[in-house]
Amino acid sequence: MADFDEELDASGLNCPLPILRAKKTLVGMESGKILHIIATDPGSVKDFEAFARQTGNELIESKEEGGKFLFLIKKS
Amino acid sequence: MEEKKLAIIATKGSLDWAYPPFILASTAAALGYETEIFFTFYGLQLLKKDLDLKVTPLGNPGMPMPMGMEKWFPTLLTALPGMEAMMTSMMKKKMASKGVASLEELRELCQEAEVRLIACQMTVDLFDMDSSAFIDGVEYAGAARFFEFAGESDICLYI
Repeated sequence: MADFDEELDASGLNCPLPILRAKKTLVGMESGKILHIIATDPGSVKDFEAFARQTGNELIESKEEGGKFLFLIKKS
Repeated sequence: MEEKKLAIIATKGSLDWAYPPFILASTAAALGYETEIFFTFYGLQLLKKDLDLKVTPLGNPGMPMPMGMEKWFPTLLTALPGMEAMMTSMMKKKMASKGVASLEELRELCQEAEVRLIACQMTVDLFDMDSSAFIDGVEYAGAARFFEFAGESDICLYI
């Protein structure tokens, strides 16, 4: 199960909080480590894609499961 | 990758218009932008320690109101005493229920992310504002100071 190193639950939070919390969590992580993010904001799908493109952190996975949006981001 | 720069001028002091500068600045900072906000005129209200911002439907036909009131509620009645307080309270409740950050939280996130906040010295003097009412970490300067940064910014917004 442990296919990630840290987890961030941003459920119930709206733009731009999921991105801001994710950024904050990534700052405290080592390069190459993987962050799992759980969000409920539908806008977060496009936002995390854009976040990854602009910050160089890799978006490994983005999927929807039971009304939640799940992301795996690898710290650059 | 060279760091991009975002310069914002915040000129409005109502609850609704307080959001765009702080949302954009905090997000830009998270994306790695060096960011500065220049607060002038009514925008200075956004720097007060005690944020007491209001929203009003008066003269704002685009503002959605409960029960579709914006469609049938006479404009003149939006000037009634208590309307502003009621709309402000409803807007705050709505935002909290939708997980939208409070302004205090967004402003704090901006400061944590080293977004520079600059208060227009001229407006502070003009309105006899007391700078002790403002949060810490604010720089006081004028238009020339803004252009120093805005002139080399990649994005410059007037809000």
